[in-house]
Amino acid sequence: MSAFAALLARDIRIALRIGGGALTGVLFFLTLVTLLPFALGPDLALLRRIGPALLWLGALLASLLALDRLFADDQADGSLDLLLTGTLPLEFAVAAKALAHWLTTGLPLVIASPVLGLMLNLEPPALGVVTLTLAVGTPALTFLGTIGAALAATLRRGGLLLPIVILPLTVPVLIFGVSAANAALVGPVPFGAPFAILCALTLFSLVLGPVAAAAALRHGLE
Amino acid sequence: MSPGGHAGFIIAAYAVVLAVVAALVVWIEADFRAQKRTLAQMEDRRAGAAGERAQP
Amino acid sequence: MPLIALANPSRFVALANRVLPWLWGATAVAFAAGLYLSLFVAPDDYQQGATVKIMFIHVPNAWLSMFVWGVMCVAALGTLVWRHPLADVAQKAAAPLGAAFTFLALVTGSLWGRPMWGTYWVWDARLTSVLVLFLMYLGVIALWRAVEDPSRAARAVAILTLVGAINIPIIKFSVDWWNTLHQPASVFRIGGPTIDISMLVPLFVMAIAFTLLFVTLHIAAMRTEILRRRIRTLRLLQAQGANVGVRA
Repeated sequence: MSAFAALLARDIRIALRIGGGALTGVLFFLTLVTLLPFALGPDLALLRRIGPALLWLGALLASLLALDRLFADDQADGSLDLLLTGTLPLEFAVAAKALAHWLTTGLPLVIASPVLGLMLNLEPPALGVVTLTLAVGTPALTFLGTIGAALAATLRRGGLLLPIVILPLTVPVLIFGVSAANAALVGPVPFGAPFAILCALTLFSLVLGPVAAAAALRHGLE
Repeated sequence: MSPGGHAGFIIAAYAVVLAVVAALVVWIEADFRAQKRTLAQMEDRRAGAAGERAQP
Repeated sequence: MPLIALANPSRFVALANRVLPWLWGATAVAFAAGLYLSLFVAPDDYQQGATVKIMFIHVPNAWLSMFVWGVMCVAALGTLVWRHPLADVAQKAAAPLGAAFTFLALVTGSLWGRPMWGTYWVWDARLTSVLVLFLMYLGVIALWRAVEDPSRAARAVAILTLVGAINIPIIKFSVDWWNTLHQPASVFRIGGPTIDISMLVPLFVMAIAFTLLFVTLHIAAMRTEILRRRIRTLRLLQAQGANVGVRA
């Protein structure tokens, strides 16, 4: 357990350092939400209607784009090899890194979402619901994304490969996240059902992500 | 068969399938021939080089 | 690289050379029968008229798009569990074929829907799931092209294939859910509620024909991939041999 905590603390510290890239995700999120009205027009009624969907898309893209730093630095300086041969099972090591990544990238997105929701003219109840769905859903995005990050870890020019590979897998999270977020506004479907499925998807990703990513790292680094 | 006004769609659908399948067949066949040729050339060169090295 | 490692794939190439002409013949016969049945024997649908004939080329491609991913999964297990080089080759050869059949499913589905729906694309639940599957095939192909070493690439792709397979039912479920959310009115389902027996037979024959086509193309592509790997190995050996020559 202490090895897990140590790795978690290390990753958080590195991410928060200068050049660690922790808060760039939020900055991208903010930029995107600012850009959207330029494309859509400042029609407040429209923005309120599609606000939850825009916030979800922004969080999804910001999460994915920040993921390539998950293994890249460790791959470059050799710590990844140490993790592979260490006493902490690789799945737990990956989980610790993914958790640290979510705490430094995903959680700031969640915290920023009510503020950005105000910019999109969402009402307070809607703000609360969107934030809750993002809080539950962004871990799923991060943990599913670690699979892509692991596959792309050993590539020199990973580039857009990671998002291309991961985005289809995140479709269910997006669908149920937005569905739950919209239920507070539009409400033909109650909030409970999609939210429960979203929780289930996140729990599922907490297992699938580290297992598949660890397998990818093992096979990729031989 | 009463195509009505939709004969165009039926023909288009079958034509696309035919075109893509034909393209697949041609591509696989051409690729095979190219690789076979390259392999033959490389093995000739190796045999030639080995022959030269055998005669001091 | 010991020659023994090449022995099994070599036997495969020899076997493929013998079997492929027969497979091509069988495929041609199946298509001849299927096309005849589809175009001249099958009756028109009382609702859709003759456009139902597109079903005979749409459904087999949709079936193949799933089947080929299944083949890739079996090959992926061969790569990860047994490190069988033939499994790597089978995986790689299947991906573009699967993408092509999925693409055909999308195009024929769109053309089938156009007379009914009025537009070429309406985000129908089934077609949208196939679209996501198409993106997954493209992702696999992109991953193949991103890693130089074929064995390492095969292992990475194998994991992606298996992860994808686990997610396909989840994606299908979520797309169905999403579709009913946004289209509460009864949506015309491709294929209608039931398929009459007079249309089932041509459909079945066409499905067999397309599956035979895939098997034939797959074996042919595997044969070429084996040759390609042989060439790569020879090139690497040559490069090493050249180094040795210079040092001596």
